[in-house]
Amino acid sequence: MKNHTINLTVNGEEHEILVEPNALLVNVLRDELGLTGTKYGCGTGQCAACTVLVNGESVLSCLTLAVAVDGADIVSIEGVARPDGTLDPVQEAFLDHSAIQCGFCTPAMVMMGRDLLNKNRDPSEPEIREHIKGNLCRCTGYTSIVRAIKSCAQKREPQTE
Amino acid sequence: MGDVEYLAPRDLKEALKAMEEWKGRAKVIAGGTNLIPYMRAGWISPELIVDFSGFKDLAYIKEGNGAISIGALTTISEVASSETIRNYSPILSSAASHLGNPLCRNRATIGGNLANASPGADMAPPLLALEASVHTERGGEKGREISLHEFFLGPNQTVLEEDEVITEITFPKPKDPATGSQIKFGLRNAEALSIVNIAVMLEMEGKVCRKARVALCPLAPTPIRAYRLEELLEGKRIDEGLLDECAGILKEEITPRRVSIRASAEYRKMLSSILFKRAVQEALKGVKA
Amino acid sequence: MKAYQIEIKLNGEWRKAEVTVRETLLDVLRDKLGAKEVKNGCGKGDCGTCAVILDGKAVNSCLTLALQANGKEITTLKGIGTEEKPHPLQKSFVEHGAIQCGFCTPGMIVSAKTLLDQNPKPSREEIREAISGNLCRCTGYKKIVDAIQETALEDKS
Repeated sequence: MKNHTINLTVNGEEHEILVEPNALLVNVLRDELGLTGTKYGCGTGQCAACTVLVNGESVLSCLTLAVAVDGADIVSIEGVARPDGTLDPVQEAFLDHSAIQCGFCTPAMVMMGRDLLNKNRDPSEPEIREHIKGNLCRCTGYTSIVRAIKSCAQKREPQTE
Repeated sequence: MGDVEYLAPRDLKEALKAMEEWKGRAKVIAGGTNLIPYMRAGWISPELIVDFSGFKDLAYIKEGNGAISIGALTTISEVASSETIRNYSPILSSAASHLGNPLCRNRATIGGNLANASPGADMAPPLLALEASVHTERGGEKGREISLHEFFLGPNQTVLEEDEVITEITFPKPKDPATGSQIKFGLRNAEALSIVNIAVMLEMEGKVCRKARVALCPLAPTPIRAYRLEELLEGKRIDEGLLDECAGILKEEITPRRVSIRASAEYRKMLSSILFKRAVQEALKGVKA
Repeated sequence: MKAYQIEIKLNGEWRKAEVTVRETLLDVLRDKLGAKEVKNGCGKGDCGTCAVILDGKAVNSCLTLALQANGKEITTLKGIGTEEKPHPLQKSFVEHGAIQCGFCTPGMIVSAKTLLDQNPKPSREEIREAISGNLCRCTGYKKIVDAIQETALEDKS
């Protein structure tokens, strides 16, 4: 197999990586770049624990070949908090609402929550449930996750003058 | 599962008479926290259940001349929350507060815990270390006072006759209640069957140990006192070397089950020696419960 | 099997039942007195789903013979609060997402109620201790402890 050199911008940092053609994005993030926040759950696109944003769109990284996203701008859970370490409001909300039990679904849930709020500042509960319907959680029963995301609705980003 | 009858006697006299008449075929129910599971599992099949749970006058904690008396029907909760027990025997408060869970403790009785005689009976180590006695009564015959260290015969076996019932537990007020320690090590924080439950009471004169009582379970068919350790400690300055020597001997004194349930015999031996040292160190701090 | 008549004061109301010696209080509450809010989890006092208040103390009803409850006062979840008139604890459990499958909930509320009756401002440690006989497989307990703590903090009395 001939290896490919690809360029990925991950959480604002540029990386040049040599990958095999069949390398999955989830494994490249975790094993090559050490970004283990993105989880390998089922490997078949059913649990969505591997969710990342690729060029602003939520994507199942276990069903994405790394070579297919050469040149892309990727955001993983490690890039959600502010550079100074301040948590994103969605992350804070998850803590406040006890929406984290084992924590395995949490990175992807937070990504999807952030993704939704980026597109829809004030989602309704049904809209939230629709948006995370691909993300499985075996612990919480989802209620606290939905409440956490809902609590971030209508929050405006601080205006910078 | 045959038919079983039930008697709620008006008083102790009536209860003891029934126990005598049905000798060997009747069982006492107090808290029921052992009896009911045993019956449901089919391990015991009494023909008559005699209900002692209504005898409120057998539930008390009294401070007398030189001794503490506890009625057999005092619940474990009552023992755990008793100020008298906390003042005179904090190791007993400690053991009581770690038995089972709060719901269980509200029904389980101190007499029942001893009479059931589990090899891991939670109340046994502190009561052995306190040199407690059990007081019994019978219908036709006289009751007796039995030193706790002579009470247990084997797993769920005691010297009690089939119609003999514990009515009271007593122990002499320790010279220094604070130089004692009780440690229960289990696989979880509540509802744990102990891996090791150790109680230590010391009488110290400066750094010299005048009297030592060390009791543990479930490391033998019954809760035991570690007599050899007590002999080794008494009259000596307690230092690291002595404790190491004792810890080594302890491994030979105990005979945990070879079949590994919750923990292997090897692990229990190792754990016992570590907890023994820790218990003595805690006792020397004069730690209150 | 010999049958005995007993009377218990269930949630403030005297009720009669015919019981056998082997029947536990749990059996009678669920099967003869319609108190299905009291759950049968393990039958041996480990799970706490059968918890009720007997003589002011939270106990496992599976470890009490029905005959031992004769003449006594028993409070179950429904004696603490109802749909029409929920107890603050019940409201708090709902608000905190402390109910997932709901099976442990009645027992949890019973243990929590007796705790708050004895200790109106418990620490988190004291709350955990009080519910240490109530198992929950769903919530990871945090939400339950939060719910109980909030109820305690909100109680002005």
